[in-house]
Amino acid sequence: MTDSKRADSEFTSYYRHSLPVRIMHWINAGLLTILLMSGLGIFNAHSALYWGESSYSGAQPLLLFYSKENDEGELVGVSRIFGHEFRTTGFLGASRDSTGEMVERGFPSWLTIPGLRWLAMARRWHFFFAWILAVNTVSFISYSIFSRHFHRDLLPTIEDGHSIGKSLVDHLLLRRPRGDAARRYNVLQKFAYLGVIFLLLPLIILMGLGMSPALDTLVPGWVAIFGGRQSVRTIHFIVAWALVLFTAVHLFQVIVNGFWNNFRSMITGYFRVERGFGNDR
Amino acid sequence: MTDETKFSRRSLLARLLASASAVALAGCDKLSETTWLPKVLGLGEKATQKVQRLILPRRAMAKEFKEEDLSPRFRSNGTSTPRDPAYMALAANGFTDYRLTVGGLVDRPMTLSLADVRGLPSRTQITRHDCVEGWSAIGKWKGARLGALLEGVRLKPDARYIVFHCADPMGGDGTRYYESIDLEDAFHPQTILAYELNGKALEVPNGAPLRLRLERQLGYKMAKYVMSLEIVADLSGIGLGKGGYWEDRGYEWYAGI
Repeated sequence: MTDSKRADSEFTSYYRHSLPVRIMHWINAGLLTILLMSGLGIFNAHSALYWGESSYSGAQPLLLFYSKENDEGELVGVSRIFGHEFRTTGFLGASRDSTGEMVERGFPSWLTIPGLRWLAMARRWHFFFAWILAVNTVSFISYSIFSRHFHRDLLPTIEDGHSIGKSLVDHLLLRRPRGDAARRYNVLQKFAYLGVIFLLLPLIILMGLGMSPALDTLVPGWVAIFGGRQSVRTIHFIVAWALVLFTAVHLFQVIVNGFWNNFRSMITGYFRVERGFGNDR
Repeated sequence: MTDETKFSRRSLLARLLASASAVALAGCDKLSETTWLPKVLGLGEKATQKVQRLILPRRAMAKEFKEEDLSPRFRSNGTSTPRDPAYMALAANGFTDYRLTVGGLVDRPMTLSLADVRGLPSRTQITRHDCVEGWSAIGKWKGARLGALLEGVRLKPDARYIVFHCADPMGGDGTRYYESIDLEDAFHPQTILAYELNGKALEVPNGAPLRLRLERQLGYKMAKYVMSLEIVADLSGIGLGKGGYWEDRGYEWYAGI
């Protein structure tokens, strides 16, 4: 028996992710990538964010990417955030197009769909896949409630409530859960997933709809609850980056907690845990 | 399995992922150039139009604002000075020689002076203008109710769309701006042919002497420099067939989002 075989016998696999969860997870991963990039393509048509109903109220934008020429006549990219200016040439405000020429652009072409400045096409991509995101989000929420995935796996228990401090320390020290603890989501993980599924995704869809001049008329004044149309656009942008931040942390956790095991479990459904910690079923 | 093979499998995967994303990115651009993909993606627009029209009451009103919400200066976008000799002559003369023609599928074609248009039932509204680019501005508009004008010319039974033919040349090929809306929007109480902005006669950068206000859709639907209205049964004969200058260049005909 080789070393790895012996090591394998100390592990046991269990069925962690049901087929619908796996399918919707990967659909979501693809959708969020396309929606982020086509969204940044749309943003580039007017690379500034405001608070309130209007962009022209006399107030300065909260965020602005623009370009200007320096003394040498070269184009420099500038990011202005709450009045503070930063040089971001090559990334924000000005970046190179496909021919290598420096041009004024909010986000660079490698972050946008399509890569060229093409608002009409970016909108087509965005609004087609936005419909699928809405369907996928509603499907996931319905499935998780009806299959009891929500109650069984996502809803924090009382014990979870007591383990927040410990879980925080475990995360900071990159301590991997073992045995029985590895069979469940930890409390911070539950909050992160609940936050994405029940808060960020519905919110980003709602804020997208809030930018529609037609849907604004559905219930008079509903967009104003969020500060107005330009606020809604700003929140949509912030939530998009919150989802990017979640994804970055999520991928980091997947990698530090055993990339292959996590990755495989989201494909086959089976997750491997070590024997000999707590009760094995 | 040794660590070495594990490692190379990982780096292979990393390389695969990196090249896959590069291919995907280039692929998105290639796909955008095909004829079939934009058509498939266009189903999103159809769904949006169907659902919005289904859930929104026909007479749902766009939010109206107060004087203090007005943008200090109403931004001009697209054409701000139509480089057309006939239009420039009209503007130089304060549009006294301007005539709006209304024709097509109507019983009583009409030609109206600006004074005639000002004599039609009017509406004043402070509304938010939402540009497809993402910005918004708030202005106070006064104009003739399009519904009242259309009642005067008596639409024929097969009339479905109102086409706006404008004075502003787009590019150098003689094409002028054009747009179209359907009857549901045409008869909406807030749909007006505006001749005043913020209490003053509409100025050239904002579409003098007449611009459409269509408060539940995006800015590019609101044709400026309107010269004539054509009532049609379908849009196939207008421009390249999609019903508007920007629509013929890939934008949605229904600009509700």
